Amino acid sequence: MKSLKELAEIRERMNKKLSLREGERDIRIVVGMATCGIAAGARPVLSTLNEEVASQGLSDKATVVQTGCIGICQHEPVVEVFEAGKDKITYVKMTPEKAKRVVAEHIRDGKPIAEYTIGNSTT
Amino acid sequence: MKELSLNILDLAQNSIKAGAKNIKITLLEYDDVLIIEIYDDGKGMSLKEKQRAEDPFFTTRTTRAVGLGIPFFKSAAEQTGGSFEAQSQERSGSSPGFTKITGCFNKNSIDFTPLGDIIATVCAIVGGLEEQNLLFTHKLFKSQGLENNNQNNDKITPYGTAELDTSEMREILGDIPLRSPEVILWVKDFLANQYAALYGDENKN
Repeated sequence: MKSLKELAEIRERMNKKLSLREGERDIRIVVGMATCGIAAGARPVLSTLNEEVASQGLSDKATVVQTGCIGICQHEPVVEVFEAGKDKITYVKMTPEKAKRVVAEHIRDGKPIAEYTIGNSTT
Repeated sequence: MKELSLNILDLAQNSIKAGAKNIKITLLEYDDVLIIEIYDDGKGMSLKEKQRAEDPFFTTRTTRAVGLGIPFFKSAAEQTGGSFEAQSQERSGSSPGFTKITGCFNKNSIDFTPLGDIIATVCAIVGGLEEQNLLFTHKLFKSQGLENNNQNNDKITPYGTAELDTSEMREILGDIPLRSPEVILWVKDFLANQYAALYGDENKN
């Protein structure tokens, strides 16, 4: 049974990590969560991003945040990746499967997936 | 929207944008009826804004702050033969604002949209909170075992409750943000356990 006690353990673990690390998390993964995004399937994409970032131990490197309508509703679900000193990468028509790859290849290994980006996406 | 929980997620975003400090999402689930209530103490809506919010043809082209969320939710309730109500008071001077959206759904209607993955919705809302707090409560009522025809409907007590209170979480977490993936996963498991206990008996039947 998950309890509030486990939440306290999470805090302890994360505080340790925080004290070991210098500087801010340098990657921001932004998910469009307005009506358009939600209707197109952004919620499972968001869930997968959170799960993958946590399970791959990347939470000290990247944060997953939400935003409203980005203005390209026809391309939703949209995920943007901001990294200090690099160009923004915009992934479109995202799915949980694509989100898994983005975390593994882009966030963890530093190689953006061109075929999922705006302008290249065919599906 | 394919799931009512997606409508709930959508409306909760409105509450966050309305500058609320507290958001309360309450689900009251009976044998045949589901009541969904989304309350926030944000800036509220004027009467004119409220009327617009219910009409998709006004909202789509006006403010971004309202959008299609309310019309979608309204039609999802009304198509089951249920009802929809929006109550709101605009924040002004010393009087606080609030918005309360209530949908009443007939679960037996062929046009009832399933609730869907409510846990994923709560996780997504928690992940999107800034300073706000969310109190999520899902109360399940069962008339099973109660005599028909009696006058005791008002005495029905919940069979069980699933609940999440982020103010309680913040006290424990301190500086750790709610949106941390580890915390979101905890929310997911925390609620999954409660729902397993809530619906556990039912599934065995």
